Amino acid sequence: MSGFSLQEFMRRDQVFDIVNAAQSERLNVDKQILLYLEGLSVSFDGFKAINDLNLYIRDGELRCIIGPNGAGKTTMMDIITGKTKPDTGTAYFGQTIDLLNMDEPAIAEAGIGRKFQKPTVFENLSVFANLELAMAQNRDFISLYTAKLSSEQSDRIADVQQLIGLAEHSFKLAGALSHGQKQWLEIGMLLMQRPRLLLVDEPVAGMTHQEMDKTAELLISLAGKHSVVVVEHDMEFVRNLAEGGRTVSVLHQGSVLAEGTMDQVQNDDRVKQVYLGE
Amino acid sequence: MIRSVSKSLLSSLMLIISLLALPVLAGEAEFNQYEEKLTKAKFTEKSRIISDWMATGSGEALSLVQLMLDSQLYYHKKEKQLYRVEKAEKGAEAIRLRDGSLVVIDNKRHFKRVSINNTLRSEFGALLSTAALLAESPADRRSAALDLIGTATPEVVGQLRELIKSESDSSVLEAFNIVLAVADLNGDNTTRAAKAITTLADTLEPAALAALTQFVERSSDEVLVAAANKAIQTHQDQASFYSGVETVYFGLSLGSVLVLAGIGLAITFGVMGVINMAHGELIMIGAYTTYVVQLLMPNSIEYSLFVAIPAAFVVSGLVGIAIERGVIRFLYGRPLETLLATFGISLVLQQAVRSIFSPLNRSVETPSWMAGSIEINPLLSLTESRLYIIFFCLFVFVALSLVMKRTRLGLQVRAVSQNRAMARAMGVRSEWVDAMTFGLGSGVAGVAGVALSQLTNVGPNLGQAYIIDSFMVVVFGGVGNLWGTLVAGLSLGLANKVMEPWAGAVLAKILVLVFIILFIQKRPRGLFPQRGRAAEG
Amino acid sequence: MFLLQILKNDKGGRWLIGLLIALIVAVPVLNSLPADSALHVPTYTISLLGKYLTLALLAVAVDLVWGYLGILTLGHAAFFALGGYAMGMYLMRQIGDRGVYGNPDLPDFMVFLNWQELPWFWSGFDQFWFAALMVLLVPGLLAYVFGALAFRSRVSGVYLSIITQALTYALMLAFYRNEMGFGGNNGLTDFKDIIGFSLSDDATKIGLFIASAVALMVGYLISRALTESRAGRACVAVRDSESRARFMGYRVENIKLWVFTISAMIAGVAGALYVPQVGIINPNEFSPLNSIEVVVWVAVGGRASLYGAVIGALLINYAKSYFTVELPDVWLFALGGLFVLVTLFLPKGVVGLIRKKESV
Repeated sequence: MSGFSLQEFMRRDQVFDIVNAAQSERLNVDKQILLYLEGLSVSFDGFKAINDLNLYIRDGELRCIIGPNGAGKTTMMDIITGKTKPDTGTAYFGQTIDLLNMDEPAIAEAGIGRKFQKPTVFENLSVFANLELAMAQNRDFISLYTAKLSSEQSDRIADVQQLIGLAEHSFKLAGALSHGQKQWLEIGMLLMQRPRLLLVDEPVAGMTHQEMDKTAELLISLAGKHSVVVVEHDMEFVRNLAEGGRTVSVLHQGSVLAEGTMDQVQNDDRVKQVYLGE
Repeated sequence: MIRSVSKSLLSSLMLIISLLALPVLAGEAEFNQYEEKLTKAKFTEKSRIISDWMATGSGEALSLVQLMLDSQLYYHKKEKQLYRVEKAEKGAEAIRLRDGSLVVIDNKRHFKRVSINNTLRSEFGALLSTAALLAESPADRRSAALDLIGTATPEVVGQLRELIKSESDSSVLEAFNIVLAVADLNGDNTTRAAKAITTLADTLEPAALAALTQFVERSSDEVLVAAANKAIQTHQDQASFYSGVETVYFGLSLGSVLVLAGIGLAITFGVMGVINMAHGELIMIGAYTTYVVQLLMPNSIEYSLFVAIPAAFVVSGLVGIAIERGVIRFLYGRPLETLLATFGISLVLQQAVRSIFSPLNRSVETPSWMAGSIEINPLLSLTESRLYIIFFCLFVFVALSLVMKRTRLGLQVRAVSQNRAMARAMGVRSEWVDAMTFGLGSGVAGVAGVALSQLTNVGPNLGQAYIIDSFMVVVFGGVGNLWGTLVAGLSLGLANKVMEPWAGAVLAKILVLVFIILFIQKRPRGLFPQRGRAAEG
Repeated sequence: MFLLQILKNDKGGRWLIGLLIALIVAVPVLNSLPADSALHVPTYTISLLGKYLTLALLAVAVDLVWGYLGILTLGHAAFFALGGYAMGMYLMRQIGDRGVYGNPDLPDFMVFLNWQELPWFWSGFDQFWFAALMVLLVPGLLAYVFGALAFRSRVSGVYLSIITQALTYALMLAFYRNEMGFGGNNGLTDFKDIIGFSLSDDATKIGLFIASAVALMVGYLISRALTESRAGRACVAVRDSESRARFMGYRVENIKLWVFTISAMIAGVAGALYVPQVGIINPNEFSPLNSIEVVVWVAVGGRASLYGAVIGALLINYAKSYFTVELPDVWLFALGGLFVLVTLFLPKGVVGLIRKKESV
């Protein structure tokens, strides 16, 4: 495994084990759309955090979502992952899976993974244990209690550790890692989970430029096999990701203000107004 | 209660008359004249003599009658003079009624009781009660009348029918009517009896119910019995209604106690998010402060509570501030550790009280103005102490709400609880606010202790008994919400008292606890959930 | 060997197991020495030691849920007491007609209350196997039902602590009632013998001591095996970030429910062994103070370290025995002060101190 590196990992002609998505058998993407959000609204104490939001994510797409503070990006993620229930509207994963009837673990099992804005890793567990827990596996108590690490599983963990640059820190407590390392560990955990849809909230906060580039590369490489939704403030990073005409959605006051390529949205008058206050 | 009070009042009134007012100057000759007659008279004559004497309008006759009934009227065999003797034995004192002078009995054989037989006894009894019917105060007249229910002789009834014409007080009139109705019910006249039943149906007097029940058992007149049964039904409906009202009253007063115990916690736990397991002991300190205040002012127990309330607020508040500054401030953001540390403090405070005062309960006196009860009607009387507790609870609630809503401290407390960093940036001294808030909550706990000292035993375990209840109230009501605490406390108190008659006190309490445990599952944020720092915890 | 596998990374655990085995061997030997020998261990001390070991087992149970799952339970004494009552009921049935009233069918307190027949929930308790089963099932079932309700509705943190306290408080009130059929105020006492052995015999007392030591060993190993497994790491994950674990696909409520129930059963066993050694079980065992005391044992020993819980339980109970005899007035000051000092200055307990020393 020593020769394993990011470059090798990103070779398009080769599909590694770790990028194979674990997903619900019920998932149906006949119409090439993985996520349907229609007419979503949610309000907190009269404040409309999400207001008639419509968003479709194609299967295998990498979608960037930008928007000023309070535009409803995080609330949208909360709805998709089951943390918040909307007042109205529907959210479907593929054509058949109704996300609004499911709780967080069920949604995660169905194949939706989430990376939080603030890196949340399990600080009192080692890097290895963090990845081990994130691994797609049977998660009922008895299975967990009797689980033995198979050589296949330990290989996979080693691969991911290599990929996120934490191979030497395998037994270090996650709490002792630097901020950037925690970000990577969390991305690694997401990879272990092998979701069909990745929701990534501000992945590059607190990263150096090199790390940012690396992250961008990784996310781009994941698209295709997975759908990736990235919420980000850093415009340069978004521009980097959206290269090649990928779609960018602009959220404002809880609904989609504009959608299109990076160039299109940047030249949209309403977007300019929102961002520059003109 | 009122009635027995007034009864003893009546007899002591007579005693005073008999002791002091007897040798009335104008009536001295008259007294001597009747005195002589009475010492000689036979049973049958005594009645006539007394009524003659009464007819002169003198009050003296009446007091003699009372003495005769109490078997305290004696006459000296040789002197032929009347004495009041409590104990006819050598060395005891006797009072000569003629001039009120005191005589020591040297030979009890010289004194002979002015005896009466049973006929006289009942006659005199009636005489006294009809006399009482003329008493000055309406309340006395009313209670005198009520004493006559079912026992009024035809003469008394006749007298009542006269008196009723000149009576103006409505409550006395009602009593008179009841006496007359009961008499009519027991009489032979069916028309009158029918009318009596309607009268009795409208009153709440238990004696009326008894008379009706007896009538149903005795009478063979079907129409009247049916009417009486209906009246009895009305009575029972009324009785269950008023016992319902009483249950609500008890429930509200228990609820007020719970609110008082919990409302300080609503500040420290609800607003600050601090789990203070020593809250119960702060209540206990308030109760002991009351005890100490009473020790310091033994001659003015009546006013002691007015001193104790501010004193308890200050003492408990200071202890609270000491706890906050000494321990809790190092544990902000670690609620479970706070819980453990404050529990430790509660143990220390309990033991401190045991060492300083004693492990035994201390008795705190209740000022007399809090004792007694208000009789709304014969079926419902409200104990005043409970009433004071309810008002006191509302007072504390309103005061606290005003502090939180209208004062600068309240504003700062809310600011800090919602966003500490922002509040600090705006120049709020958050440390100072923490200490003051905690002091306020603790002080209110102390005030609750003053109230509790009037209801339960004051001992080292006082606080433990209330801590779980307090938490239940706050959690049930919704953390950080004074309204919630009020509603939760009152409704838990009510629920407890409503269940008590059929479940018993302990089971009722268990059921309430189980209910809350289940309720928290459904609505983890309580009745009135709130957002903010505490809600996130 | 399986045992060594479990204790692979557990130095403290190896010490503990070694010590317990040594005790099991040594104590009966030392007890059999003549009474004037300096090394003689009186039977009284053995029973006291046995009692400490059951309390240590209770501490392990509490540490399992508090240390590893983050549930600050203030109601574990309830499970302990329920296990104790199940055992007490068996012991009560063993008295037979040797009670004060000599009634062969009814325990004394029921005769006293004029009851005519044994309530249904007492049936079966004349069989040891049944009582032993109930020692596990009753606390387990209560924990399961309570946990299923509480965890599913995501009651957590302080709220959970408070309702566990309310639970044990409610049970205490209930057991105080004569109508419940558990002896009310006085509880169950005056036991005569257990599975045919007289409780006043020294040999029985030593037997109970050994049973307690074995139970502590087994309980420790079960708990250790749990915390060392992937499930144990999942527990820590749940403890440190419940919502993250959920988004990862873990059914947090199920994990909590399992561990909580297992822990309650361990507490039940501890209670069942405690009762024959102290000779009485009454509703006071349910008192909220007892539950919270256990938490302090764990805190003093070192939260999230199973052998730390044992150390804490032994230390404080020894201190308690000493203080309540020598300086009864000081005990609550000491205990209360301990709560404050440990939370403020010793968040990792005695074990934290030891580890610090070792690493220096």
